[in-house]
Amino acid sequence: MSSDRAMIEVRNLTVDYIGENSVARAVNGIDFDIREGEAFGLAGESGCGKSTVAFALARLTRLPGLVSGGQVRLNGEDVLAFDKARLKAYRWNEVSFVFQSAMNALNPVIPVSEQIMDVIQTHKPELGQQGARARAVELFELVGIPPRRLDDFPHQFSGGMRQRICIAIALALNPKLIIMDEPTTALDVVVQRDIIEQIVELKSRLGFSVLFITHDLGLMIEFCDRIGVMYSGELVEVAPAESILTNPQHPYTRALGNSFPPLTGPRIRLEGIAGTPPDLRALPQGCRFASRCPHAMDQCRAQSPELRYYPQHRSEAACHLLN
Amino acid sequence: MPLAELDAPAMRQANDAPVIEMDNVDKEFVLGGAFLNQTFLKALSGITLKLVRGRALALVGESGSGKSTCARMIAGAYEPTGGAIRFQGDDIAHFRGPRLQRYRSEVQMVFQDPFGSLNPTQSIGYHLERPLRLHRPDLRGREIEAEMLALLEGVGLRPAADYLKRRPHELSGGQRQRVAIARALSVRPQVLLADEPTSMLDVSVRLGILNLLEDLKQQRNLAALYITHDIATARYFAEDTAVMYAGHLVEQGPSQEITDNPRHPYTRLLIDSVPNPSRKIATAHKRRAADIPLWTRQSRGCPFVSRCPRALPICSETMPGPTPLGAGHFVRCHNL
Repeated sequence: MSSDRAMIEVRNLTVDYIGENSVARAVNGIDFDIREGEAFGLAGESGCGKSTVAFALARLTRLPGLVSGGQVRLNGEDVLAFDKARLKAYRWNEVSFVFQSAMNALNPVIPVSEQIMDVIQTHKPELGQQGARARAVELFELVGIPPRRLDDFPHQFSGGMRQRICIAIALALNPKLIIMDEPTTALDVVVQRDIIEQIVELKSRLGFSVLFITHDLGLMIEFCDRIGVMYSGELVEVAPAESILTNPQHPYTRALGNSFPPLTGPRIRLEGIAGTPPDLRALPQGCRFASRCPHAMDQCRAQSPELRYYPQHRSEAACHLLN
Repeated sequence: MPLAELDAPAMRQANDAPVIEMDNVDKEFVLGGAFLNQTFLKALSGITLKLVRGRALALVGESGSGKSTCARMIAGAYEPTGGAIRFQGDDIAHFRGPRLQRYRSEVQMVFQDPFGSLNPTQSIGYHLERPLRLHRPDLRGREIEAEMLALLEGVGLRPAADYLKRRPHELSGGQRQRVAIARALSVRPQVLLADEPTSMLDVSVRLGILNLLEDLKQQRNLAALYITHDIATARYFAEDTAVMYAGHLVEQGPSQEITDNPRHPYTRLLIDSVPNPSRKIATAHKRRAADIPLWTRQSRGCPFVSRCPRALPICSETMPGPTPLGAGHFVRCHNL
């Protein structure tokens, strides 16, 4: 499905949140690629920085957030250096977004048709009113909503349909990358399954890449090609989706996998991950996971491990135990 | 015959009789329409279930299936339109005055949102002290503070003394949910109704809360009702699971049996929809999720018929009674 060519290259990306008396480094120099046609997932606990990365990629970081270092390259161009005009073309033409609350972001007093056409006309004025409407009809068909409902208002749709409309808006200009941050979290499991299957189908038909963020590791493994696990602002492991839980290299990945009760097998007690992530304003020396890690050694508390590639596992991981 | 009466393990437990029994409970809400011409939404249709001490029953189903309505009715927030809810054999509709007040401490709820269920302007100590003063007249002065500390210790907030003066905003979501659980336990309930207690919490914290509830259920011999849309956590925490659809119980039994061997097409749909790391998403089969039908007084037949892949003509006519499948497993389906 995905080629090996990197479309998005993130290098040493660093994002800070500036407080009155302190600075919290929410993303600490991370590196990863998103390949053409690939679904890349970012997993981790709340506050690990996964949404902050998504915002930085979309150039949506706002104060007190500040991208303080690194690069995001789209086919070699530095996204973080885009000027206003280039940014307008970048957003929606090249990269679009679907957020968890997206279905509530639709304006309740404007028909859905106008909201879709607004996006199309802003970014492709040459299409004109009629061209934009024709495209909106196409998009509704694409996501499986009868086009006769185009002029309905948001409240006339169910949550799942509203989320589909948001996916339609994200697809409006055939972007190369869609950033999906918890796109199905607010939905029931049956509706979630339906929407995810539809995204998979659209992705294979249209060939876009996806940056997928969710707390639901099971869903992520089903949907993504590769997964990066973040902890406390750093990537601790990047591995193919099919092996990340069956052959985890980092103790945090293993612990995260053990936090989900399975649907099969005997009913046994799981322990999950004890403790909490460190305060980003007062980070410990060494590995950030050391205080919660059952295998922590003296070296872990002294020196922070680097993300290294282990070809035998096809996995990148940052852990002293592996050396 | 009501579902639970046929239940073999339930018969065994009948020796230690159920604390809470919902017996063929209906609940209708007025949807709208003029007087004498009103439309009635049937939120619950003939719900029969029991809660037994030391065990948990999970209620699973999509939003709008009536799970929370069941919990609110047990808590006494709504009265049944038909049927009865009994606490240790007594119909709770007849509880008045001191008996009603006692019932309110015997049955406690833990809600989904620990950000909304604690008062942001009051300390954690205040949240625990009030129920103790109201419902525990046996405690005086220093005993109240000792009890507050013991409660916080009991839910894993240590050192407990540090938490008394803190306010909710100083605590994480998981810690707040622990405070909400401590508050529920302060009045020494026999029944704990937990309505999606982990769905707003981070993944790493969820398991800790479920394990805490499991320990408390055993230590305090609590009867628990666990409401969730996550059938995997239902299987993890609750011994028994009941599946609801549009206000009807469609399948009920031991949790492991329900997930390993689901017999109702709706239960199968739910289980097939749960993300499964050991497979990849297939796009081949096209099914569109439909909305749960609005169930009114006039509705007939099985509510799942519009989405059911195995529907028979009779399914639009009548809702079948429970068919026993052994080991306390029951299903209501014409086409088994």
